[in-house]
Amino acid sequence: MVANLGFGTLLITFLVSIYGILAAYIGARRNSPALVDSARNAMLLTFPLLTITTVSIIYLLVGAHFQYQYVSEVISTSMPMSLRITALWGGQAGSLIFWSWLMSAFASAVALRKWERDREFLPWVIMVSLITLAFFLILSIFVENPFASLWQTPSGNITTGMFQPAGTSLYIPTNGNGMNPYLRHPGMIFHPPALYLGFVSFVIPYAFAIAALITGRTDDRWIRITRRWTLVAYLFLSLGLLLGARWAYDVLGWGGYWGWDAVEVSSLIPWLTGTAFLHSVMIQEKRGMLKHWNMLLIILTYDLVILGTFLTRSGLLSSVHAFAQSAIGPLFFGFIGLTLIASLSLLSRRWNELRSSVEMGSIFSREFLFLLNNLLFVLLFIVCFLGVWYPVLSEALGIVGQKIPVLSSVFNGQKVTVGPNWYKDITPFFFAGLLLLMAIAPLSAWKSSNAKTIARSIWKPFVGSLLVPVVLIVFGMRLWTALLALWLSAFAALVTLYEFWRAGWARHQARQENLPLALWHLAGKNRRRYGGYIVHLGAVMMAIGIIGIEFFQTETQKTIPQGGEISLGHYTIQFTSLSVFDTQDGRNIARAVVSVDKDGKYVGELYPRRDYYYESQQPLTIVGLRSTPEDDLYVILADWQSLSTAGATFKVYHNPLVWWLWRGMIVFILGTLIAAMPMKEAEKVQVKKAVPVTSKAYSP
Amino acid sequence: MRKSIFVIAFSLGFILLLAGVASAQQSQPTPSDDQVNAIAKQLYCPVCENTPLDVCPTTACARWRDLIRQQLAAGKTEQEIKDYFVKQYGARVLGTPPPEGINLLVYLGPLVAVVIGIYVLYRVYRSWNKTVPESNAPPSSSGLTPEQDAAQDEYIHRLEDEVRKG
Repeated sequence: MVANLGFGTLLITFLVSIYGILAAYIGARRNSPALVDSARNAMLLTFPLLTITTVSIIYLLVGAHFQYQYVSEVISTSMPMSLRITALWGGQAGSLIFWSWLMSAFASAVALRKWERDREFLPWVIMVSLITLAFFLILSIFVENPFASLWQTPSGNITTGMFQPAGTSLYIPTNGNGMNPYLRHPGMIFHPPALYLGFVSFVIPYAFAIAALITGRTDDRWIRITRRWTLVAYLFLSLGLLLGARWAYDVLGWGGYWGWDAVEVSSLIPWLTGTAFLHSVMIQEKRGMLKHWNMLLIILTYDLVILGTFLTRSGLLSSVHAFAQSAIGPLFFGFIGLTLIASLSLLSRRWNELRSSVEMGSIFSREFLFLLNNLLFVLLFIVCFLGVWYPVLSEALGIVGQKIPVLSSVFNGQKVTVGPNWYKDITPFFFAGLLLLMAIAPLSAWKSSNAKTIARSIWKPFVGSLLVPVVLIVFGMRLWTALLALWLSAFAALVTLYEFWRAGWARHQARQENLPLALWHLAGKNRRRYGGYIVHLGAVMMAIGIIGIEFFQTETQKTIPQGGEISLGHYTIQFTSLSVFDTQDGRNIARAVVSVDKDGKYVGELYPRRDYYYESQQPLTIVGLRSTPEDDLYVILADWQSLSTAGATFKVYHNPLVWWLWRGMIVFILGTLIAAMPMKEAEKVQVKKAVPVTSKAYSP
Repeated sequence: MRKSIFVIAFSLGFILLLAGVASAQQSQPTPSDDQVNAIAKQLYCPVCENTPLDVCPTTACARWRDLIRQQLAAGKTEQEIKDYFVKQYGARVLGTPPPEGINLLVYLGPLVAVVIGIYVLYRVYRSWNKTVPESNAPPSSSGLTPEQDAAQDEYIHRLEDEVRKG
């Protein structure tokens, strides 16, 4: 009954979307405001309709209705209420509905904004949003239906289907598989929604870009309208990635925060192009340049978002053969191909109108430094894209190559792994380049700055930053790559702080405000600029954490008896006791108690654990973690003898500075929040006299 | 007689002692977990997608680690052990593709991208410096911006002045 309601509203939403697409298109072509308004109402209607669908699934999950395939896949009787709700995004069918629901929420929010000034965009924004939504609804209705039931044939085989196939009876399992234990961690509960929110909100700037291309309003109006949408998308996408990193650190027991795993990288990819876009739109806003490039970047980001949604949920990356097993792969690729071709042909039609007259001074002008930033982000994107797709490509090439005798020696058909070491060999150059840009670009000015003006403002933070490697060398650090990386971080941080100080001091002098208040008002005056600088500071803090773990991580593993010790660096851990017990929610827990000494002084106890989930037959590692700004001690219970006295195996990691990574994340997100907050002051800006807009130079 | 018994006993004891020393030298100490992990870190089993062998918690991977330990104990080098796994399970067990044949693509790809990227940037820079003299260029493309821009500029100039004064 509830399933029928959910599926019914899903069908109706699909029909409403199709109607909205047609009404918007015809309304725009015939210039009929009534039809466009009707399309807008259709878009608004999708949200309550999909809310009913979503609530229906949650109802089935919470009530543990195992006759539904999706429920039996992700729920088990032992799972508590909160986890049953989050099981909505615990599997593919539910995730797709969740994606659609978020999409409809964002589309409705866009529909509700004031449209007076941009009425010509409205029908096309509706069309693009609803086409995207309709695509996901097609997937849910025809391929991954969350309301499909399990049916048993007389011979005992189980099939699935929305409606009862002839000669079968309903099959109701007594219990389900339960959610993958990895997904039961609190970090994982918020990670997918944040990521999906980020994905979904990138659809909005794309929709406006397409609307601008169709209507021929190729000025930067579309960028100005969607500036905040882009920042919201960036906020959630970053938050999603960061939560995922923290989750990996706490749960996966790899000793690290990022494994360059294909699924991780495929969600990083749209973030990379999105970050490039976020910077390059500023050049268009200020200077009217790079119009083509911004269009290209947002089109690319949109299709990478769709690709990311698909890749994170499909088995394609494990094998090309997985692709053929479900209709979902070809559908996704068809949709991505179509939207890419349609968007690019629209862009080429407007190519000449997007030309801008440009002029630029030196390679130290802000325009050029932003271009360098874009180059680095796009190169990182290409590297990541290659890394994710090469294993699939090598397998596919191998299959083709084997059929052509001449090529069979070149294409051996062996699948390969592109693991963390490949990324770690290639990406550091780009990250170092980005740190250097973060140090130089904030002090540059549009158009007019050159080596001289930059040098004049940069020498103080530059000299200050040199202190860091000097001190480190005195203390005995000899690893030149780490020294370089830490110097770059210090340089970028000092330049950013110097920018704050200069502006804050000026305001403090001019208005007699105290310094903190002056800084506060300053950030309020230009939230995007200063929010952006706070993001840079967060990024530098994260860089420090990453440098710590990448250059200086040490590890050891040993089996020790009760009372035995393992030493690593300044730390010694002693195995105190181990208990193994069952819990009521179907877990077998092995929990060790170890006491930790640092330089011979007792500093506390840690409780590394291994939970084994009986239902899904999967183990989950829970790390014993001691975190300080200086370093993290990270203890994993790797193995144990069932009689606890016999001994246990511990893996111990020493992760210097990684504390800064997590604090940096908070600063990063705060900065994005500040940048994304509505800026009322800007609307009120009164200009008393005209000032020629030629430069923002810091020189007279 | 007594003397000869003593000599025999002594020589027997000596031989036993020698044999003991020799056998102790033959059976090396078992390789430590760290030695095993150093190699396991670079390997991936074909089943556990994207999980390096040294941290994979499954029993299958534990067995692979035991295999590494046995081979280390048998005196094999790191390269020999890696080669053994590649021979048994294919190149995918390695964390990075072997840089040969078609797999060179994955190493040369980023390099080619960098070269193309720098070239494109150079062309863009050239084209920017060639075009319109300053006075002809529109200051900004949107209607509202110049005012906001101007206000911003003025504000920043004022800040700058203050900084110089102070």
